[in-house]
Amino acid sequence: MPAFLLKRFLNAAGVMLAVAFLAFLSFRFVGDPVDLMLNEQASQQQRDELRAHLGLDKGFALQFATFVKNAAQGDFGISYRNQQDVFALISERFPATFELVLVATFLSLAIGIPLGVYTAIRRESLLAKALQFGSVLGVSLPSFALGIMLILVFSVTLQWLPAFGRGEVVKLGWWSTGFLTPSGRAALILPGITLSVFQVTLVMRLVRAEMLETMRTDFIRFARARGLPARSIHFGHALRNCLMPVITVTGLQIGNLIAFALVTETVFQWPGMGMLFVQAVTFVDIPVMAAYLIIVSFIFVALNTLVDLTYAWVDPRLREDALSGAANAR
Amino acid sequence: MPADTATTVTADAAPASGRIRRFLDSDIGWSFRKTPAAWISALVLTLLIVTAFLAPLIAAQNPYDLSQIFIDKAEIPPIWQEGGEWPFLLGTDPQGRDVLSAILYGSRISLIIGFAAVLVSMLIGVGVGLLAGFHGGRIDNLLMRLGDTVLSIPTLLMAILVSAVFRGLLPPELRDPFAAMVLVLAISLTNWVQYARVVRALTMVERRKEYVLAARIIHVPAARIMLRHILPNTLTPVLVSATLNLGLAILSEATLSFLGVGMPITQPSLGTLIRIGNQYLFSGSWWLVVFPSLQLGLIVLSVNLLGDWLRDALNPKLR
Repeated sequence: MPAFLLKRFLNAAGVMLAVAFLAFLSFRFVGDPVDLMLNEQASQQQRDELRAHLGLDKGFALQFATFVKNAAQGDFGISYRNQQDVFALISERFPATFELVLVATFLSLAIGIPLGVYTAIRRESLLAKALQFGSVLGVSLPSFALGIMLILVFSVTLQWLPAFGRGEVVKLGWWSTGFLTPSGRAALILPGITLSVFQVTLVMRLVRAEMLETMRTDFIRFARARGLPARSIHFGHALRNCLMPVITVTGLQIGNLIAFALVTETVFQWPGMGMLFVQAVTFVDIPVMAAYLIIVSFIFVALNTLVDLTYAWVDPRLREDALSGAANAR
Repeated sequence: MPADTATTVTADAAPASGRIRRFLDSDIGWSFRKTPAAWISALVLTLLIVTAFLAPLIAAQNPYDLSQIFIDKAEIPPIWQEGGEWPFLLGTDPQGRDVLSAILYGSRISLIIGFAAVLVSMLIGVGVGLLAGFHGGRIDNLLMRLGDTVLSIPTLLMAILVSAVFRGLLPPELRDPFAAMVLVLAISLTNWVQYARVVRALTMVERRKEYVLAARIIHVPAARIMLRHILPNTLTPVLVSATLNLGLAILSEATLSFLGVGMPITQPSLGTLIRIGNQYLFSGSWWLVVFPSLQLGLIVLSVNLLGDWLRDALNPKLR
């Protein structure tokens, strides 16, 4: 086990180094940071001073080492666009994204699991077939188009729900939450649905496949023979045996959801870190882009490693050959 | 008499040429005819592709030729609504461009980028997979680690980053002409890994077989063994992945264009059209965003249905 732990951690560290290298490359080679930070009247001396101050006159390897060292301490530099500390900018936006992802995850489980069970046990019914088709439809309509349609129907036409922003938020220390005010909760509904649609179809398909497999096993046949009611067989015995992979995939998908939230955030003008990133891309604000890339990848890699370790802890067979690769569904 | 019965089945369909008849008679063809989702989506997709590529011939105007656009025809609603006007079937935008024409031209761009991205990622993936699987050892380790790293970054993020970096490297006046190429690269560089994994696994199985050993004994060059002998035996799963990935590639392109890091307004794809329409969401011009979205959904849906069918039809376990 210690050998496996070490191997897995080294692996994760290697991936993070590669990501940092990618971020560093874009930082270093897309435009000249000095030109981007100073205005055109700046003298050559000012330029040289800034260059020395940023450490850009040092060797390539040394610059990368400094970059990694600073990033590990949460120092990603200053945003080119509004001259603020990048880490502070991102952590200020993090709660908005996290709450959105939380709502989407909750919706995907609350809707996806019952639909999956239904399509598995009433496999031949018309509704189940319609739901199966609906799940293909769900992955085919891009989430931003869906979000726009929802705004068109529920905000523009019916005027039931807000089309943009977070509504009123309550400050709890450095965290800001929209769960505690009516307008904050209303603002979460449409973005939450938009972000969850792909996830719902994923959970539904997964539960369906797992249920079909479990229903063929011996212990379900014995439960039937004992005369247990169908309800207790389906939900008490079969579903419970399907939940492990569902929880795993949901956990792994949180990283993907954080990344995908940037599309939803753009549609709904949601003040999260995804929208910050999209704005940074438009303005070629490299420090913000690099920091976002590193932070999201870190969450992604950390979740993957955690899931692998939990599995290895639960199932000793996996310690021998580590699960390779992440469940990158999109 | 099996041949005779087979001909009577297809004879009433059409005087099909030999090749099409052979396709319809095969196992795959049979499954194709028996699955409505498959042939309906194939039909719809063909229709969408043909109309997109014939756009210059059938569209009411060339929406990007300024001499054909009249500003007094701006924001006309679709023809069935009050104020609708021939020939603007789906209405016009605030610059007086015909929405249907813009959709046809946009679909052509979306489809070309989607196909090109799948082709390029397939070429990269198959190449990497063959090399890794055939040589094994250190090359294999290096290439597959690279693939793991690519998969450790959420794909959307990776695509945005790659396209932002390439755009940043290009001088501003070249960004628009090369936008399509940058998109193809951004999507392919994030999607090649799964082809590589599939081809590598199959190559590792094939290279131990006798025909490969025989070829090696008579000193056939390694490149020739890989391309001529092993590659054809790995193509079926690659084609299935490619079909399923086409939908994904078209969606990725649309998402990047929607976010503003894709096709520019001067050569809009469907994603760009939705991005433009989104700006007029609250002015009541709903047709600017609804119709491009529907077209995009229809293209991806028919590709996905076709891909799902192909995967099931070629999976020997499900026969």
